[in-house]
Amino acid sequence: MKRRNFFKAAAAASVVPVSLNGMNLNAMGFESVLGNIGKRASEGKVLVLIQLNGGNDGLNTVVPIDQYANLTKARSNVIINETDLLKLNGYNKTTLHPKMTGLQTMFNNGKVNIVQSVGYPDPNFSHFRSTDIWMSASDSNTIETTGWMGRYLDDRFENFPKDYPNSTMPDPLAIQIGAMVSLAFMGPSTSMGMAITDPTAFYNIIDNSTGTAPATPYGDELSYIRLLAQQTNKYADVIKKAASSGSNKSTKYPTSGGRGNGLSEQLKIVAKLISGGLKTPVYMVSLGGFDTHAEQVDSSSHKDGSHATLLENLSTAIDAFQDDLKLLGVSDRVVGMTFSEFGRRVQSNASGGTDHGAAAPLIVFGDAVQPGIIGNNPSIPSTTTVEDNVPMQFDFRQVYASVLKDWFELSENEVSSLLGGKDYNTLPIFKNSLSSLEEFADYMTQIRMKPIYPNPAKDFIIVDFETDGGGELALNVYDPIGNMVQTVFHRTFSVGEYQQQVDLRGLKPGNYIVQLQSKVKSTTQFVQKI
Amino acid sequence: MDEKIYDSKLISKRGITTGLTKYSGNWSRSEVLHLLRRTTFGPKFNDVKDFEKLSLSEAVAKLLDTTNYTFNPPVNNYQNTNPDANSSYGKTWVNAPLDFNLEPSRKNSVKAWFWSLPLTQSTTIMEKMIVFWHNHLPVQMLDIPVSASCYTYVKVLNDYALGNFKTLIQQITLDPAMLYYLNGRLNTKRAPDENYARELQELFTLGKGSGSKYTEDDVKQAARVLTGFTINPTTSPFSTSFVSANHDTGDKTFSSFYGNTVIKGRTGINAGMDELKDLLDMIFNVEEVSKFICRRLYKYFVYYELDSTIETNVIEPLAKVFRDNGYEIKPVLKTLLESEHFYDSWNRGAMIKDPLSHIVGYLRQWEVKFPNTTDYQKSYKFYSFGSAYSAILQMNLGDPPSVSGWEAWYQVPLFHRTWITSDSLPKRNEFQDYLLWIGHTVDGYKLMVDPWIITKQFSEPRNADKLISEVVEFLLPQALDSSQIATLKSILLPGGIPDYNWSDEYDAATNTSYPNHATALSTATLKLKSLYKSIMNLSEYQLS
Repeated sequence: MKRRNFFKAAAAASVVPVSLNGMNLNAMGFESVLGNIGKRASEGKVLVLIQLNGGNDGLNTVVPIDQYANLTKARSNVIINETDLLKLNGYNKTTLHPKMTGLQTMFNNGKVNIVQSVGYPDPNFSHFRSTDIWMSASDSNTIETTGWMGRYLDDRFENFPKDYPNSTMPDPLAIQIGAMVSLAFMGPSTSMGMAITDPTAFYNIIDNSTGTAPATPYGDELSYIRLLAQQTNKYADVIKKAASSGSNKSTKYPTSGGRGNGLSEQLKIVAKLISGGLKTPVYMVSLGGFDTHAEQVDSSSHKDGSHATLLENLSTAIDAFQDDLKLLGVSDRVVGMTFSEFGRRVQSNASGGTDHGAAAPLIVFGDAVQPGIIGNNPSIPSTTTVEDNVPMQFDFRQVYASVLKDWFELSENEVSSLLGGKDYNTLPIFKNSLSSLEEFADYMTQIRMKPIYPNPAKDFIIVDFETDGGGELALNVYDPIGNMVQTVFHRTFSVGEYQQQVDLRGLKPGNYIVQLQSKVKSTTQFVQKI
Repeated sequence: MDEKIYDSKLISKRGITTGLTKYSGNWSRSEVLHLLRRTTFGPKFNDVKDFEKLSLSEAVAKLLDTTNYTFNPPVNNYQNTNPDANSSYGKTWVNAPLDFNLEPSRKNSVKAWFWSLPLTQSTTIMEKMIVFWHNHLPVQMLDIPVSASCYTYVKVLNDYALGNFKTLIQQITLDPAMLYYLNGRLNTKRAPDENYARELQELFTLGKGSGSKYTEDDVKQAARVLTGFTINPTTSPFSTSFVSANHDTGDKTFSSFYGNTVIKGRTGINAGMDELKDLLDMIFNVEEVSKFICRRLYKYFVYYELDSTIETNVIEPLAKVFRDNGYEIKPVLKTLLESEHFYDSWNRGAMIKDPLSHIVGYLRQWEVKFPNTTDYQKSYKFYSFGSAYSAILQMNLGDPPSVSGWEAWYQVPLFHRTWITSDSLPKRNEFQDYLLWIGHTVDGYKLMVDPWIITKQFSEPRNADKLISEVVEFLLPQALDSSQIATLKSILLPGGIPDYNWSDEYDAATNTSYPNHATALSTATLKLKSLYKSIMNLSEYQLS
């Protein structure tokens, strides 16, 4: 039977005789996936982006306990006691940081999807460059001056800002809680976002000049400020109105002050504005302090310390926000997503911290998310060097593509045009993600790699792998920093087992990552070249 | 509304072709104002009149002349609330021993003091350059546990602000606050920390432009060179030291971008310094360093847009001046500020004021009177107010958002437009109005604009047309159109009543012998405030 037909038949009969990563499908809520095939929800959807500034240490956030021995070797001065880590229902190899009890409960209640090892090829270790890459959804080596959300909003709301606000869209297109608007909201000519620190108070701007400005840089800047002034005046009223008619109902928001409290305060404003009826589809909030080069844990108790406080604040804020949305009756149309410019190195440094790294887990939450974990635990080599990074399993633009396609319901062509004309395979982050049997079939397809041999190797290695669904596969070799050094193949395979010899003669001695990738899956192994 | 804003970015739409040839055009108040707005934190009206008497070369020379410049450290303003046994009220605490109980007070003191430098500046380019270097080579003071080291950091910026750039980089590399901020103190041969080595190249000297092709391995090699430098965290200020046992004594081999340079590994107490000098020699040998810094200066003093014509006509020759002068800053500034490009009409008025220039500029141009400087406690409270308001407008002096400095000076494509948001623009207006109408009162002292101080300095304030024309020229970077002027005039002369009414009212308001003096003073003050408010509420006021 052909793969596609097999899954069609399986879905039609509502019998799914396969398991996923050894997991029972029911435990993953896949019944709902099948039930949702072909369905798409419609109006009023909201995306809340939560930026974790500084580069979050993913390995101490979502901790792969099947790698615990190697992790301990690599980062003994920051590793958290195994017994302190929080368990996740249905996943016995993956745990959360001890301070993330709020997110643990949400996960176990089916409100959280964790995407493992999200990054991009050729990682950049500069904060501001990598932030730009995430905000603009550019390639590592391309400068893109518009943001991924800015392009989306520019497409969805034609002729902004000229014809706005109007009766169909009386509200801001995007709101950033804070005083600055990020590159993510930058459209082709102007920012699509609005910055707010206090939605109840706006000082009236008097200037309503509509006169022409000269065609000079002076005139351009003047027009920009006038435009901002007009927009602010126009939107101030709707925002004030939403803030006064909206409310917060959750009692879970922390009341104490402090840095992390800032995030829950920001999310509180978002919940209030959504419940007050703003049609704004995108919000951004942020939490800073993740650049934990030194002393990220308390040296006498690794589950405490600065990083623990950040994660506790994050987890508490998200939990309270989700609770609030539910009580306000809007939780079905809001999802949230965390992101950070990069993860951190596998090895900790001598200062009890971790340095700039590459891929890291990303958390999506809300009623609409497909609960579970996408991707495998990162594998940690038994010997690491200071350069070793968590290899990327998923490109962050796959996550963006999933949001655009499955949450904002764009077509594949539209998604592709917003993401630089490239097709990124979407991931089953949302309950309606697998909206066609074909997508479901792709997702169910398994790929496996047997242990690579010889390992360590001098000139050649042999990779035995199999695919039970066939389709497009790629085999790539990465250096430990995350740069691709070799593409062994990228072509279509039929169902079966295969063997591939890989030539390592051109590579310098050291650790390498061999990655086998299908459209939506990837599996990696480390190889040492001697 | 102007349609042009909907065009995609205006790169190369400028078509500006002027270069570094010395400006020989009209040298009038307009040019003086342009020069002073860009090189100081808001000129006072008297500065403008003084500079009008100078030639272009004399004006630039005066801005660059810091021989009479004095740099006074922050003082103990906190003695009455948090007694300091090792310093006294009004005397500096920067050399007093470390005392963690006093640290919060000292941190407030150093932040308030830092903010007061542009406020109290003399008419030189020094303060603008200190802020330029602070943005370019930042630390975040709230992360530095010893406030005295925040002071010594600013002192390094001051000492070399108009000096030699290479020396500045060497000094900042060894500056204790920087060693703390970017973890250089933790960089050892067993646990190399590449944080500083990366920023040294990416942000401080070479940038990330197409002419900068250092590799990840170059970052690691540079980190090895810098191993062993650390700080003594128990002294106030911190002191820098070199622990030779922590220094990587192996040879460091760099990529072809650096001509495969090998920095010989050294041993002994001078190893770190010797290798650092080699490292800086190697980096400064790359021409891109001079171009990168000239581009940064250009974006700070001229405009953020740089097309290939400007690169050829301005940046490249300016960078050559920089290199030919051994990386001395002054010749570069002199060349730029005297150039026809700087005075090109396309570059006038196109900068959005950064929050510090907006706030300090406002306070300086209205000559808002602060408490007597010897009332340290009170005057520092007002400096803290200014500092806090600058932070609300997103420029927290002493604490930029990251090691990259403020977004306005690097974030494409918005650059300084990031200063203006739906949050910050109303707050800028609010600040202007607050000090004009209500005033900020602390401990019985009210900080407030007195509109008469400036009005009386103008040449003919009793003449409505002349007053408006003079104040508009002083406050705004370019002329207003006739309908805007008419609106402003209707504030002084409502309903189109004849001009002499304002003259009469002005005369009565300024002369106590007039029988209607009191009422005239009251209504004229209201009119002046309304006029000035209206001018500052125009979007044009946000430009410089």
